[in-house]
Amino acid sequence: MTEALATKPQVSTARLSSWALLLNNRLAAAGLVILGIICLLAILAPLLPIPNPNATNPPNRLQPVFSDGHWLGTDHLGRDILARLIWGTRVSIAVGLSATAIAALVGSLIGLVAGYARGRVDNLLMRGIDMLMAFPYILLALAIVAVLGPSLINALYAIAVVNIPFFARNVRGVTVGLANREFVDAARLSGKSHTAILFTEVLPNVAPVIVITMSTTVGWMILETAGLSFLGLGAQPPQADLGSMLGEGRRLLFNAPHVSIIPGLMIFALVMSINLLGDGVRDVLDPRLRAGDLTRPRSVTNIKRDTIPPKTMQSSDILVVDQLETSFQRGRATIPAVNKVSFSLKKGECMGLIGESGSGKSVTALSLLGLVASPPGVITHGGVYIDGEEVLSKTEHGLRALRGAKVAYVFQDPLTTLHPLFRVGDQIAEAILAHQPLSRDAAHSRAIELMEQVGIRDAKERVSAYPHEMSGGQRQRIGIAMALANDPDIIIADEPTTALDVTVQAKILDLLQDLRRERGLALLLITHDFGVVAQVCDKVAVMKDGEIVESGETKTLLKNPQHSYTKKLIACVPELGQGKAFLETVRPLFAEAKP
Amino acid sequence: MTGYIIKRLLSAIPVIIGLSIIVFAIMALIPGDPALAILGSYATPENVARINRDLGLDRPLYEQYFVWITNLLQGDFGRSFILNRPVIDEIMDRFGATLILAGTSLVLCSIFGILAGVVSAVRQFGWTDRIVTFFVLIGISTPSFWLGLLFILIFAVQWRVLPASGMYSVYGGGDLPDLLRHLVLPSITLAIVATGVIARLTRAAMLEVLRQDFVRTARAKGLAERKVIYKHAFKAAFVSIIPVIGIQAGFVMGGAVYIETVFQWPGIGAMLVNAISTRDILLVQGGVLVVAVSYVLLNLLADVAQALLDPRLKS
Repeated sequence: MTEALATKPQVSTARLSSWALLLNNRLAAAGLVILGIICLLAILAPLLPIPNPNATNPPNRLQPVFSDGHWLGTDHLGRDILARLIWGTRVSIAVGLSATAIAALVGSLIGLVAGYARGRVDNLLMRGIDMLMAFPYILLALAIVAVLGPSLINALYAIAVVNIPFFARNVRGVTVGLANREFVDAARLSGKSHTAILFTEVLPNVAPVIVITMSTTVGWMILETAGLSFLGLGAQPPQADLGSMLGEGRRLLFNAPHVSIIPGLMIFALVMSINLLGDGVRDVLDPRLRAGDLTRPRSVTNIKRDTIPPKTMQSSDILVVDQLETSFQRGRATIPAVNKVSFSLKKGECMGLIGESGSGKSVTALSLLGLVASPPGVITHGGVYIDGEEVLSKTEHGLRALRGAKVAYVFQDPLTTLHPLFRVGDQIAEAILAHQPLSRDAAHSRAIELMEQVGIRDAKERVSAYPHEMSGGQRQRIGIAMALANDPDIIIADEPTTALDVTVQAKILDLLQDLRRERGLALLLITHDFGVVAQVCDKVAVMKDGEIVESGETKTLLKNPQHSYTKKLIACVPELGQGKAFLETVRPLFAEAKP
Repeated sequence: MTGYIIKRLLSAIPVIIGLSIIVFAIMALIPGDPALAILGSYATPENVARINRDLGLDRPLYEQYFVWITNLLQGDFGRSFILNRPVIDEIMDRFGATLILAGTSLVLCSIFGILAGVVSAVRQFGWTDRIVTFFVLIGISTPSFWLGLLFILIFAVQWRVLPASGMYSVYGGGDLPDLLRHLVLPSITLAIVATGVIARLTRAAMLEVLRQDFVRTARAKGLAERKVIYKHAFKAAFVSIIPVIGIQAGFVMGGAVYIETVFQWPGIGAMLVNAISTRDILLVQGGVLVVAVSYVLLNLLADVAQALLDPRLKS
């Protein structure tokens, strides 16, 4: 056996600061630079050596781009387009930012009050917000401009108003979650006024949401105010923003297209750079994306083993797991979850894999057929032999031929593990059709048979039920029926009874036991409950921190546990009528843990 | 199912009443005295009072609203004093054009947005994903009114392959192929932003769903990856995209205001812009209300479609 420890990467928990993360994002950094240049030009407009943007010079009208003294040419009144562009950008940015500030202020205030006060105030405010949302976005702005009359400042108000709902909704959502938190209760008990709590306790925690919403809406607001000006409903001459320049240039589209193309390009560059930056800001502030959780898991776990195990193995056991190692990649760190785990299973045998949550037992089970979500999962060492053949060396196709056919899984919570939008019968039939050349009808009747075998009464009717229409126990029976669909040799049951009531638990375990005896199935049962192991398993392996710390025949192990951790797990199974004595016996075992 | 549809229909009624109140309130808030506007600055106080009485403006606001809404329900939206014809006639003439334009765009952005989003989720971090993400970013950052001008320059002026404006050719035409030729540029321009938004959200929804337990179950069954993604994951993601399409309908109907202006499409959007410039308030009122109500109804449709696909919503 080769030494694998040497190649194992160091575990590092260092995290990058938000700024570094933002600048690491190349696109966001590019957005920041472009936006910075545009803003700088706009701010410095009065100091730049450019002509007066409003100075007309009719003889010199409609000069093309790169003409003498006018880099970007002149418009229909002979005004310098570059100068007008810079001054127009200044106006557009100012208007966009003001609209964002107003929308953020009013919207956040509404959201804060609604989320904090709840009840009638909340209802009233949010109904009003819903009403605003019931209008198509720009239409409401048009109606407001219609009333106030066309002008830049009115367009600004209109755009601010239509963006209020985004802030109100987002802020309310977060505030509702915060209002019941302990630190808010503590502040209330310390005698702080509601206003003080809102602004000193709640607001700082809501701030990231406000920033995210601002970064996603400011681009829109610049775009939409420009749009209103383009329609002639915003900036009125001689005042000009990018939109009104575009609107004026439109009349000259055929003769002098540059007059309208240039301001449009500027709006595009401005909005694009804001969007790039906004996406970067959101990625930094949204912790889910930071952890890389939203990457698509591949169909087979990443397998990057340091040594390739032999393809076959002479063994009478149906399942042999040899020195299996699975890790999770978090950024540059690799965190081992399963560490050199070995065990084997004979035909018809039942083995319990037991340990607390996080001990690596589920990851072990999923690793056997490469079902660990990847990224972040990687199988780094070892082999899995089914009928003497190494499984993880197989192609994706070869692995898929085993999944659900020779080896089937039963998962923990059948409400989330069954597809919510397909009828249970179809889901079972689909499992059959994945491996057997049957007609749809034949698969369907086979599904009903299977449902009857796992003890679902009136299977003929329930076959067309959806998972949410069934009880937890029934759903798990469907999960088991699906596992039996192709007469597997091995069933891997990952906490099959944890999500169920105690009485239903016993029935499901009995069912698994019966099926095992009837069909000679090998059963790998993953659980955290020694009571379950004692009831059904021939042998047992105890897992802790990714390693098997002890294994053996269930009876021997229960009678004479060697490892202190095993003793703790066994002690954790209460007996009926034990009462307080149970706590007394368990407490000293967990002395290192604070009560 | 019928019960669910009826329930949703009933729940739309207060929304529509709310919309009508907002539209009414906005118009009632208009500064200036309508009577003075009609009579001019030489009006005597007696004449002003008489006009106010004739128009019902001396009555309390809620009574005015009630009269207004009763008239609306009888199809009386008032009279446009600029066009000198009933508002309802003008709206009826133009509503079809807007419906054709916005409807085509909505279909285009749904199809291409969902396709792009799914492809980009499936090939996450690959080249296809990067290219799609790049175009999506360009799409949602481009001012549609400017893009429309660019399209006119390229396709109508430079290449002369498509008409620059209008809904039908002035001479000849008037048939379906003619309409379709005129529809190409405006509908694509209008669809681009919404396509970007739908693509983004589809990508996110697919990535979210692909992490769900039931996808792992589908894989554990030994299903081909194609089925896992396009049957199991896509169906679940699609259900959550339907309301997004409903919301995009609002953006498309709003965006039609720009596009109809740029391409001189004879729809309600272009009408609204003209009416605002000429301060033809009743026309604005009617147009806004009709578009807003159709938006509510479209969202209702989206809700029903979602419930049809997701049995959990019905109970």
